[in-house]
Amino acid sequence: MGQVIVVTSGKGGVGKTTTTANLGTALAQLGNKVVLVDADIGLRNLDVVMGLENRIVYDLVDVIEGHARLKQALIKDKRIDNLWLLAAAQTREKKDVNPKQMQELTEQLAREFEYVVLDCPAGIEDGFKNAIAGAQKAIIVCNPEVSSVRDADRVIGLWDAKGEEKSPAMLIVNRVRPKMVQRGDMLEIDDMLEMLAVDLLGIVPEDEHIIVSTNRGEPAVYHRESKAGQAYQNIARRLMGEQVPIMDLNADTSIWAKLKRIVGLSRG
Amino acid sequence: MLDLIAKVFGRDSSSAVIAKERLRLVLVHDRTNVSPQFLESLKEDLIAVISRYMEIETDSMDVTLQSGENQVALVANIPVRRMKRAAVGGP
Repeated sequence: MGQVIVVTSGKGGVGKTTTTANLGTALAQLGNKVVLVDADIGLRNLDVVMGLENRIVYDLVDVIEGHARLKQALIKDKRIDNLWLLAAAQTREKKDVNPKQMQELTEQLAREFEYVVLDCPAGIEDGFKNAIAGAQKAIIVCNPEVSSVRDADRVIGLWDAKGEEKSPAMLIVNRVRPKMVQRGDMLEIDDMLEMLAVDLLGIVPEDEHIIVSTNRGEPAVYHRESKAGQAYQNIARRLMGEQVPIMDLNADTSIWAKLKRIVGLSRG
Repeated sequence: MLDLIAKVFGRDSSSAVIAKERLRLVLVHDRTNVSPQFLESLKEDLIAVISRYMEIETDSMDVTLQSGENQVALVANIPVRRMKRAAVGGP
């Protein structure tokens, strides 16, 4: 049986879909058989981020309602053989699916794939409950901002309250700007971890490549020069159980920064 | 000395420090807002501990979390009926 992992956050716009696309692609690049599931019914986006929007015939709701077989609805990735997508329905609602159905669907997928990665919708209502229903692992994506950390805390609480067998939530801090952290204008990762009392899965820096790769519909993990892409590759390795050190984001190599580090003012 | 330099560089009043402090408070508020069972089980534990030292009126005791501007306080109003002999003049 494969692992079912939900990527969630509470707050919208923090990078759940980007994380799902990049992490899934990286896992597939590492040789795993992976399926990405867009659980954001009514607001599907994972297909465009993956560049597969023109290939969708059937979607998740079609499968659940029996209009299509799972095999028919799975869309094969353009670039990697062992990567697949199950798209969300665009003209339906979250309420059209229930947690039990999602649990059955993910179970079915886990029999065939090593990793089932679910892109959870924002919020903590029906869509969230559906997305977490069949998952044994949760990745919480969070930006270093008060509102995002607060919502992450709420979601971690809800994950902990979920009855079935599962592992503790893991945190990805996304869109970190090392220079802002250094000058004390962005929350420190350690502080966030302490407040949320959660394990760190990875840190992803703010990276213009993400926007470019979303424009093109090809995840940033394909671009060697992308720092965010590298970070996602590291995260994929950690998920597979490898010990990969957290990337050093201290890009600031100016004399001033070095001096501050020597004097001990910077904790970076 | 380092503190002074840190102050000159504005480390103390940096927005990250402000964010951290605000977040800490918000999370305390959010988490205390959970369930009446939480306060009920805290109340039971308090009764168990305090009863070792004094007799209290459990019916009229009141345990709440009160939120102020800068802090959240656990406020317990526990009427004492009688002190236990062992507690008098204790250590």
